[in-house]
Amino acid sequence: MALLWIEDVVKDFGGVRALDGVSLEVRERELLAVIGPNGAGKTTLLNGISGVYHPHRGRITLGGLDITHFPPHRVARLGVARTFQNIALFKGMTVLDNLMLGRHVRMRSGIFPSIAYWGLAQREEVRHRERVEEIIDFLKIQDIRKRVVGALPYGLQKRVELGRALALEPRLLLLDEPMTGMNQEEKEDMARFVLDVSEEWGVTVVLIEHDMGVVMDISDRVAVLDQGRKIAEGSPGEVRSDPAVIEAYLGAGKRRA
Amino acid sequence: MSAAEPDTLPKLLLHQAARYGARKVAIREKDRGIWRPYTWADAAEHVRAFALGLATLGFRRGDALSVIGDNRPRLYWAQLAAQALGGIPVPLFQDSIARELQYVLDHAEVKVVVAEDQEQVDKIRGLQGELPHLRQIVFDDARGLGGDRDPSLLAFERVEALGREFGRARPGYVEAEVARGVARGSAGDTALICYTSGTTGHPKGVMLSHRNLIANLDAFLAVERYRDTDELLAYLPMAWIGEVIYSLVGQLLVGYTINCPEAPETVQRDLRELGPTVLLAPPRIWEAMLTTVQVKIEDSDRVKRALYRGAMAVAARILARRAAGQRAPLGLRLLYALGEVVAYGPIRDQLGLGRVRYAYTGGAALGPEIFQFFRGIGLNLKQIYGLTETSAACVVQPDGEVKPESVGRPAPGVEVRISERGEILIRGPGVFQGYYKNEEATREVLEDGWFRTGDAGFFDPDGHLVVIDRAKDLGSLADGTPFAPQFIENKLKFSPYIREAVAVGHGRPYVAAMINIDLGTMGNWAEKRNLAYTSYMDLSHKPEVYALVGEEVRRINAGLPGPTRIRKFFILHKELDPDDAEITRTRKVRRRFIAEKYADLVEALYSDQASVPVATTITYEDGRQATIHSAVRIQEVEGALVAAA
Repeated sequence: MALLWIEDVVKDFGGVRALDGVSLEVRERELLAVIGPNGAGKTTLLNGISGVYHPHRGRITLGGLDITHFPPHRVARLGVARTFQNIALFKGMTVLDNLMLGRHVRMRSGIFPSIAYWGLAQREEVRHRERVEEIIDFLKIQDIRKRVVGALPYGLQKRVELGRALALEPRLLLLDEPMTGMNQEEKEDMARFVLDVSEEWGVTVVLIEHDMGVVMDISDRVAVLDQGRKIAEGSPGEVRSDPAVIEAYLGAGKRRA
Repeated sequence: MSAAEPDTLPKLLLHQAARYGARKVAIREKDRGIWRPYTWADAAEHVRAFALGLATLGFRRGDALSVIGDNRPRLYWAQLAAQALGGIPVPLFQDSIARELQYVLDHAEVKVVVAEDQEQVDKIRGLQGELPHLRQIVFDDARGLGGDRDPSLLAFERVEALGREFGRARPGYVEAEVARGVARGSAGDTALICYTSGTTGHPKGVMLSHRNLIANLDAFLAVERYRDTDELLAYLPMAWIGEVIYSLVGQLLVGYTINCPEAPETVQRDLRELGPTVLLAPPRIWEAMLTTVQVKIEDSDRVKRALYRGAMAVAARILARRAAGQRAPLGLRLLYALGEVVAYGPIRDQLGLGRVRYAYTGGAALGPEIFQFFRGIGLNLKQIYGLTETSAACVVQPDGEVKPESVGRPAPGVEVRISERGEILIRGPGVFQGYYKNEEATREVLEDGWFRTGDAGFFDPDGHLVVIDRAKDLGSLADGTPFAPQFIENKLKFSPYIREAVAVGHGRPYVAAMINIDLGTMGNWAEKRNLAYTSYMDLSHKPEVYALVGEEVRRINAGLPGPTRIRKFFILHKELDPDDAEITRTRKVRRRFIAEKYADLVEALYSDQASVPVATTITYEDGRQATIHSAVRIQEVEGALVAAA
């Protein structure tokens, strides 16, 4: 069963066609990687799904609901969480507070019970904290839960950002280059976390990543974009031997050289 | 101990569970931010269920079970469950690499491994072809293993569920099995096999009986008064004998509460949150705590630095008076009381030592300066002495008789004597049954109940035992000056910038040292001076770093007798690592191994060479190897030559 349908989506920025009739199906509980050279339209695709941009043409359907023109907060309410290429966290706040904030879409108490902070609001706070502690445990960041995010090393901030996305309890998780700028060990840890999110929590994951080793290791399926078009789709093995993919990557390599 | 009293660990567990039931907490685990308690009734129930589960898996009397992971209640229960059935726990070091695990698991013929998490499970599974005796892996944390369909892999809960099912038809099964366990005469059932990391060769399996463990700690507790209200932090490797004694035996004997930290990285914070009343730590932990204090003081303002220095000077004077058996004058006592308010108390509190009644250092020698620092800030820190083969501590400093250079008096019932060759010999209730499947090694060290420790030592005029060093490490310089490397190394390690040190000099014209800098403090120091570096290796090459270490060595030399001053040193290009077999898992330096491995560097210390190219092979945790090329610089220490002449 497909969780997400992307049908013939087109997005222009001025004269540049960032997405040119892309169709893609993301199946329930799978880990789909989207790869492609720089400027292929990968991030634009994620922005289209999460409602940051709205396509000029085509349709995006999540679990049977047309979300093509939904604003980001409504998409988030439907259980779509994402991380960003450039870390998007509150740098002056602690890890714990950032994760608690990630739960705000799940909070029910209105402003008045929240101000009074007893009864409903307090019980709710405790419940959310428990959930956040599970995420802290899952990501093995117990030792930094009270540290201010801005003072943490980059690799850990990336991990916290994943935690912030998980705090939303997403059905669909969009990861935009979660391993950029990491060393090998950090990459391996992050790959492990992403794999566990997919396998243990049953979350559907769409992953944009440049590190081919990681992509080929952990993805169920891979889709390849080049200049706004989808040029291939299939298992990691199939994609690796696809002539169009080799052309897009090696061809680009030759041009650069 | 009379026959009616519980004489095995599982009997003690049932006894304490009957006594405390659900009214008292036996063990806590910090999980998802909260200390979660388990009462004695809970603990006994888990042990019972897991023991039954083991029985359904075909675990029999005499079979071996290993645990591997950080300190977790379930890993303790698994060991007690094995003992309840007459089985033998073989705890493993959680950071062991595959090759070490393979040796121990195979040698001990381990049938069941209880692993903390996926990381440990994967290590064991990677070896499965080479472990003919292994039948079952049980895991505690299902993370990353949930979807696993491997039939040789079971969740801890699943084993307990199997056990409860099995137990329904057989009420009293575990109790009957426990009752069959005996401490027959002096031999008795083997309670545990601890593999000693050993500073030489393959690890040896030290067999300890229930009687060994219980009677030895009983003797120790005749000197040290613990209460069942004491709180301890269970944070040391589960395979280390000191941890076994405190968290398994002591808990069952005294009834105090043990607390498992959330993760290895949170130990420092959890320690402070918990405020334990009894604390055992190996020297490296005390060294690290002191370094933390020194770094923080360096980073603070001038007023605080002055206060700290003043308070430390007062503490040193008080200690000197006490050591001389004199009463300190009123003025000094007033200053000390003031110091308690402005310095000692706050420092103890910052380190999480605020409630400690008894603190110990054991496992290796702690430098006297570090020891005195903690005594000075009012911590009841004591040295204890014992080996895995003597069921850990059997020599202890009684209250009021604490000296930095001695390890105290033998506990009641323990005999200690010095052989003609100056070696420490021990006889007593804790002396082990022998090395597992290694009678030759047993014969070498056991004679008429006397255990040859391999340590050199003597008794001082007050009847306190003084340990000099490993007997085989003692030597003399070419001119005959006696040379005890550990003494010099401990002096070096007092410097916050020096993490490890190896002193050489046996049969040589002078003493030289290889040094490992402390990446934390040295890194901090470098950053403050805008000194950019990328890695340990890079930092260790910096001329500024060499200059600083040279300065430290010169200062330390001032406190050493002329002929044993360090004349040359080098900073090793890599950190000594247990994965490379350079130090043991309990962080004891393997001097011989290092001397052989870095033979060309050691030679350079006694030649005119100024720099030596090195190619180092390092071993990753998964067993892969890589080679790194660099050069190590040899530096002479100013002033040492003149002073020595």
